[in-house]
Parts: sequence; C-alpha cells; structure tokens
Amino acid sequence: MTALINKQKTGITPMNRNKIIMPLLLKKVQTFILPMAGICCFLLLWSLTANSIETSLGKFPGPSAVATQMVNLVNEHNTERDKEKAFYIRQDERNEARMAKDPSYQPKVRMYTGKETFLDQIVTSLITVLSGFLVAAIIAIPLGIAIGLSKNLNRAINPIIQVFKPVSPLAWLPLVTMVVSAVYVSPDPMFAKSFVNSLITVTLCSLWPMVINTSFGVVSMNQDWVNVSKVLSLPKLVHIQKIVLPASVPAIFTGMRMSLGIAWMVLIAAEMLAQNPGLGKFVWDEFQNGSSQSLSRIMTAVIVIGLIGYMLDRTMLQLQRMLSWDKSSAQL
Amino acid sequence: MSIILDISKVDMVFPTPKGDFTALKGVDLQIKKGEFISLIGHSGCGKSTVLNIVACIHKATIGGVLLNNKEVTEPGPERAVVFQNHSLLPWLTAYQNIELAVKRVFKNKMSKAEMKEWIEHNLRLVHMDHAKDKRPDEISGGMKQRIGIARALAMKPEVLLMDEPFGALDALTRAHMQDSLMEIQQKLNNTVIMITHDVDEAVLLSDRIVMMTNGPAATIGEILDVNLPHPRNRLALAEDPEYNRLRSAVLTFLYEKQRKVEHISVPDTDKVKQKSSSVA
Repeated sequence: MTALINKQKTGITPMNRNKIIMPLLLKKVQTFILPMAGICCFLLLWSLTANSIETSLGKFPGPSAVATQMVNLVNEHNTERDKEKAFYIRQDERNEARMAKDPSYQPKVRMYTGKETFLDQIVTSLITVLSGFLVAAIIAIPLGIAIGLSKNLNRAINPIIQVFKPVSPLAWLPLVTMVVSAVYVSPDPMFAKSFVNSLITVTLCSLWPMVINTSFGVVSMNQDWVNVSKVLSLPKLVHIQKIVLPASVPAIFTGMRMSLGIAWMVLIAAEMLAQNPGLGKFVWDEFQNGSSQSLSRIMTAVIVIGLIGYMLDRTMLQLQRMLSWDKSSAQL
Repeated sequence: MSIILDISKVDMVFPTPKGDFTALKGVDLQIKKGEFISLIGHSGCGKSTVLNIVACIHKATIGGVLLNNKEVTEPGPERAVVFQNHSLLPWLTAYQNIELAVKRVFKNKMSKAEMKEWIEHNLRLVHMDHAKDKRPDEISGGMKQRIGIARALAMKPEVLLMDEPFGALDALTRAHMQDSLMEIQQKLNNTVIMITHDVDEAVLLSDRIVMMTNGPAATIGEILDVNLPHPRNRLALAEDPEYNRLRSAVLTFLYEKQRKVEHISVPDTDKVKQKSSSVA
C-alpha cells in the first residue's frame, strides 16, 4: 500500500499541484485506506488464531469458512423457496384433478411448513425489533415530555426508572412469557405468542434511554424559547407542539439511537432463551445441532448480527440528519 | 400625551438560601405613549428585572405594572420582548418565526393572505425580506436580531421591550442596527423600553434616559430628558454640544456617582482602572 502512495507522490511533479493534491490524498488515506487496513489486519489475525483453536466440533471457523457458509446459507434459502413453490404447484394440481373428478369436492389448501431459513430469520428479527422499538417510542416520548415538563411527576417516576433501567432482559423474559401465555389468549391470535414475548421484552428494555433522554431534552431546553412562548402566551398544547417537541428533537434522537442499539442486543438474547423465531434462535439451534458446520454458521450469524446492528444505527443517524434541526448533534 | 405604562412602586425580592435578596426597591416610572425610554446602569443592577416585571416573566413582590390603567398579571404579546440573544426558534425559518407570533396574535383578525402580507411587510421593515426562508443558524448575529425585532414589531405591541438588543453585536453592526431602529421608530412611533450598557446608544435613541443605581435594592437614580430633534444623525451629533452634555451627564452618573467598586485581584488592572476613573 505504501508503495502505491509513493508511486503517486513521485508521479506529480509541479509543486503547486502537489500542495493541492497531497491533502486530498491524505484525506482519502484517512477515510478509506485506514479502515480497510484495519479490517485486513483483523481478518489476518482472525484466520491465524482460528487455525490454532481446536474444538470438539473441529477447528474454529476462519474468514474463509464464514464466507463459504454465507454462500451456503443463501443457497439453502433459494432451495427452500423452490421447494415451497413446488409444494404449492403440486397442491394446486392435486386439487384441480380432484375437482375435475368430483365437482362437489371442497379443495383443501395447506400452508407450506418447511423450516425457516437464515434469511427468513433475519427478516423475523428485524420485524420484531422494529415493532418493539416502535411501541417503546410511542410510550417513551410522551412520557419523557411529561416528566420533563413537570418536576413533581419527575420526582414521582424517577425512582422507578432508575430501578428498572439496569434490569437485564433475561430477567424479564420468564415473567413476560408467563404473563403473555396467561393473558394473551385468543382462538385466532393476530400475532404469534413468541412474537409478543420478544416484542414486550424489547420494549421493556429499550424504553428507558428514550424516556430519560427525552425528559433531559425538555428540561435543558433554552430558557429564551420558553420566554418566547410566554410572551406569545401560547396555550399549553400549542406550547408543547410548537416549542417543547421541536426543541427536544435532538435529545429524542440520541435516546432513540441508544434504544435501538439496546433493542437489537436484547432481541437476540430473548430469541435464544425463549426459542422465539429469529436470529437468536438460529444461533441456539445451530449450537444444539452440533454438526461440523455449526461453528462457522454461528460465526456467520455473529457477523450478520453486527452488520445489521450497524446498519440500524446508520439508518437512525440518517433519519436524524433528515429530521433534526440541530445538525451538530447528528454526528457519529 | 397620555401615560400608557405605569411602573408603580415596584419592589423585587428574591428568596435565596442565605435569606431574602432585595433586587429592586421602589422603582417608579411613568411612560407616555410613543416615548422611547432607555434603562441604563451597571450590570447586575436589576435593569433586566425591571423589564421582566413589565413583561410579567417575573412577578413584582410589592407594587405592580399598569398598562392603560389596567394591571398586567400575565405575559402577553401586547408587551412584546426583543431578547438579548435573539431567541429565535432554530428549527423555524425567519418567516416561520414571525408567522408563529402573527398567527397567535391575529388569529381571527386577519385572513391568511393578510397575514402573509403583514409578515413580509415586517421583514421589509428590518430589511430582511431577502432572507425570509433562511434558518437562524444560516444568518449572522445582526440579521438574527433584525428578525427578532421584526417578530416583536409584528405583534403590534403597545409597549416594545428590548433587553440589550444589540449587546451581543460588534460595534459596526450595532451602529447599523441603531440607525435601522431609529428609522423604524420614525415610521411607527412605538412606545419602547430599551435596556442598554452603551451610553452613546442611549443618548442617540432615547427621549428619556433612566439611570439606575447599583444594587442591591437598586432604584431609579436620575432621569435625563433628551431633547435632541429627530431624525438624529450620529455623525452630526458628534459635534453637537447638547449631545455631548447629555453624554457626559450619563457618564458622570455611571462612573462617578454610581462607580461600581469591583474587587479585582490583579493589581495592574486596578491601577489602570483608578487612573481612567480619575481622568473621567
């Protein structure tokens, strides 16, 4: 890599051009080449150490094993989809044949019950985490604003928040599972119980950062803006809508980013423990399976979980850049 | 002319952990319609407190404020405030900032088109119509303060309260803003109370200069009538004997009668301060 830079340096002869291009080049090195170098070093270190770790399920998976697994998992997904298609075609054909023989026959339509593939699990996890996060946001933002506006309400609620904030999702999970199976009883449920379990656990854990940040945003609002509102004698609701809410948008977004990060971590743990469908279950199933491929499949899942978490955070940041007036708070 | 605003024997006491602190004692001032009043005094003497009491952001401990012979108890747009730090809402454009005020004050009195025209009229008044769609962080400090003034003027206030409106601006911008304010005042003839630190600004703009004594228990020390004819021109006035007499009267009050004794630990600055005060 250094050879490449040297070549470019010697290629540009006039001094003034050098002065313009060098900083640009330096910037490119800093923003692109350095992260790539970091990743390369990591991959090298990983494959070296992986090679020397011997487990009961074979060697610890290195980068190449993971890359192979990724392709495998996508292929498995495609095969499964083809199987599903074939199943429905067979079913339709069978039904049509029976209808032709006997017009009074009621065709039976059965759902395909193949196993969920890795990609299906990703989609399930994403849907669950976003729903749980959304429910948390719907509760947390109004609550945070109310706490921020009323010192007395804050005094009343603060101890509860402080106690529940550090509780691990794993502690909530048994309770949530039991309560959901006791309360959420309906012959034709709109959502699966496992989905509701994960959703509530995610909500419970991602609620607090949003509540705390929102109320902080309201409390630390610029006093001048409150005075403007006073001079205009804005009614309470208009005051909240026009002054308080926009003023605390940067803090709300900070809380939302923290919450989404927590929600994603919590979800994987919840899925593992409660056998809810999703990436967590995929990891657990592979662990129980204990085949020679298991470790590399789990390692693939680890990397995918990380990448999705990173993507979620970047999406949130992009959203903040689009919606928040305070661009300076929308940094990495 | 009739008296529009009566600040009547106002005391202001702030409770502190060390006991009550009397900030203002017996502040009494009557203001006529269309008068431009400057409040001047050393920092910490309670000028802003007087203004906040008129705006009802603070409530006077004793005494009160009458507007058109009615006591005011709550903040309201008829006593619009131009704050020192412009206090524009950063998520709204210049136009929207004024719109928020206009919508509130003229909700059922103006049609949408009239409101738009009125907002744009006020923007033109402060020469900011070119930046109506800019947000506060996209314009300079002076421009922000112009929008702040436009917002206050758009409320058609009975009394316009200005809390060191140009205090945060550099000297050149400040002079420019003062000229603009004089021009606007010439057109609208508002009743204005302005807080200032700046002696020239006070003499240049005011009809009366109210000089406050140092706190605690600050009150009105002297009131100086400024009978210079309008429109005033800062360059012409620089040579004017009456202007200079008024200017030195304010300076004498501030730096001799109400000389602020500050304990500064650095001995050098102390000496310089003594020297300069003996010169004055």
